[in-house]
Amino acid sequence: MESQMKNRTFRSAAIALSAAAISISLAACGSSGPAGTAGSADSATMWGLTGGNQPVLQKSVTDWNSAHPDSSIKLDFFANDAYKTKVRTAVGAGQGPTFIYGWGGGVLKSYVDAGQVDDLTTFLKDNPGVQDRYLPAVLKNGVIDGKTYALPNNNVQPVVLYFNKDVFDKVGAEAPKTWDELMALVPKFKAAGIAPFSLGGQSRWPDLMWLEYLVERIGGPDVFANIAANKPDAWSDPAVTEALTKIQQLVDAGGFVNGFSSIAADSNADQALLYTGKSAMILQGGWIYQSMKKDAADFVKSGKLGYTTFPTVSGGKGDPANVVGNPSNFWSVSTKATDGQKKAALEYVKSGMFSDSNIQGLIDSGAVPVVKGIESKLAASPDKDFLTYVYGMAKDAPNFTLSWDQALSPAQGDAMLANLDQIFLKKITPEQFVATMNATIGK
Amino acid sequence: MSTTSGSSRRALQPGPSGWLAAPALAFFLLFAIIPLIGVLFLSFTSWDGLGEIKLDGLSSWTTVLTDPVTGNALLVTAKIMFFSFIVQAPISLLLGVFTAGGQKYRAALAVLYFVPLLLSSAAVAIAFKALLDPNFGLGAGLGLPFLAQDWLGDSDLVLFVVVFVIAWQFVPFHTLIYQGGVRQIPASLYEAAQIDGAGRVQQFFNITLPQLKYTIITSSTLMVVGSLAYFDLVFVLTGGGPGYATRLLPLHMYLTGFKANDMGAASALGVILVVIGLALALLLQRLGGKNRNASQLEGA
Repeated sequence: MESQMKNRTFRSAAIALSAAAISISLAACGSSGPAGTAGSADSATMWGLTGGNQPVLQKSVTDWNSAHPDSSIKLDFFANDAYKTKVRTAVGAGQGPTFIYGWGGGVLKSYVDAGQVDDLTTFLKDNPGVQDRYLPAVLKNGVIDGKTYALPNNNVQPVVLYFNKDVFDKVGAEAPKTWDELMALVPKFKAAGIAPFSLGGQSRWPDLMWLEYLVERIGGPDVFANIAANKPDAWSDPAVTEALTKIQQLVDAGGFVNGFSSIAADSNADQALLYTGKSAMILQGGWIYQSMKKDAADFVKSGKLGYTTFPTVSGGKGDPANVVGNPSNFWSVSTKATDGQKKAALEYVKSGMFSDSNIQGLIDSGAVPVVKGIESKLAASPDKDFLTYVYGMAKDAPNFTLSWDQALSPAQGDAMLANLDQIFLKKITPEQFVATMNATIGK
Repeated sequence: MSTTSGSSRRALQPGPSGWLAAPALAFFLLFAIIPLIGVLFLSFTSWDGLGEIKLDGLSSWTTVLTDPVTGNALLVTAKIMFFSFIVQAPISLLLGVFTAGGQKYRAALAVLYFVPLLLSSAAVAIAFKALLDPNFGLGAGLGLPFLAQDWLGDSDLVLFVVVFVIAWQFVPFHTLIYQGGVRQIPASLYEAAQIDGAGRVQQFFNITLPQLKYTIITSSTLMVVGSLAYFDLVFVLTGGGPGYATRLLPLHMYLTGFKANDMGAASALGVILVVIGLALALLLQRLGGKNRNASQLEGA
């Protein structure tokens, strides 16, 4: 017992030092401008992400605080990439927020294994209304070993193939339905001096969307399910090699915009290429609709933004209706929070989150909340075309695969992104990728 | 000094008491030595940052030492160190000599040169990232196609871009060191040389450079050892990419620890970093010669 205590004290000290070092380097990435809410010392704490959902979450929490001053929430915002590092370090040091924002999957599992997040199964049983409001397929990403540790908190985010209709009209092209059509479009756009695809390669995770969809279309959902289940040599599935080969063929054909590996998705430069007409298409998450709606209002409003599902691959086994992306984001409740903080957190989850005004706020921002029975609200929105499309896509998908970097353990996810980057740069072959990744299985 | 007899030596010993170093030593112990011991310990464990710390023998070390990425990180670090030194040392030396002159316009320029030093590395990196963007950066903004290269996305080019940005930020600092060094050189040396008929170039090579010997050693030590610590700027500018092209050792350590959550391997990398840093610092001090306390001003 004592040695465990010592161990823990030492660990806190070690992590506090690292946290201090990180917080210095990441301070610049934190929220800026009027963001967050103040709270008292015993308020529940919540860390959200900057971006499309920031104002919606901000309003939801502000409304909650004014209605429930005795169970208030203190909210801070962080940029996506910085948040992922910061929250883990903070939780490890026992300095994490009450509400832990996440994506489910392997990262959530590492929190569960370390005993850092509360089991919410009983809470769900006592509050059937909470469980019933969700689209059922979305809930399962917060379940580890039959127990619920995380509840969906915002919108469905499937990966969508966006295109610029103006550019397509100019070249006389149509949205690609098959991989062959997609490859045939590449020289057409290049001849017109337009980059076929935009890509935020420096952020690395946008690269992953290509691999996820190609593997899904070629080999179906089982290929990745085996990888996620840590089956030996699961990466050796021929679908993976074929997908990687196709990616390198697209790179060779000049499919991606010049300098794609220096474009960061966090600064939205990849979307800007699409709506400024410098590139014709982009494969990105459903969430970029929200930022384009803000940054390129005229472009979106005038209906120049096209969107479609990822093309099929001839001979592929995957159902074309299958989807990859983020089913939602999630709230977990920290085991280290005080009883008062936990109580406030669960009350908010029960009645503050997905209140009518919160649902409407999400829809107005251009997002599809992960709740049932919102068809009429979506149809009444000025963005109804996109929203009903995304809602249908998520609801009707036989399989919705979670983004791989979140589904795998952090060590595997990091190795995968670094090696995939090398694939896009043509520094390694698909076979080398497979061999390297097989070695990470179980890590 | 050499004439003082042994018995009265203590009483006559000049300089402040050793106790004045105590606060600094305490901080050094707290923030350098103790964490260092912690890192050494962690390098023999496996820990993902969240769960229990498990003793794991040498497995982190074998992972790190057999991983080709570590070798690559060492190579990239060595390249950055070499090119940074080659670029920064002559520029700072010349600028330092230039700004040490008493003329008013030089003083004004010195203030301008000083500006990059006031900016945080993160701000510098973000600014350069925006300027170097191939689609929306300087090239597109000014309509100069040759500036619209894939500066940060080309594996061969990116190293030199990083060296350039590092130089942009750190040359002012070393300029300042040299400026101070040059101003310490007694004017009488130059006067004597002028009387002997030495020109400006001769004066530079025969007086300024030799007189700056220790300044050069100080500045070089800071440059070389400092390049082991380039992290924030590179992290924000390239994130270590594309691929592993700018994954420096400190960056590799950070990404291993905080992205892949392998604290054991990251600690092993940290220990390697410390050993290399100490070795380099010692080596550079040795280069200063054994008799480094000898006065440079004899005969001046």
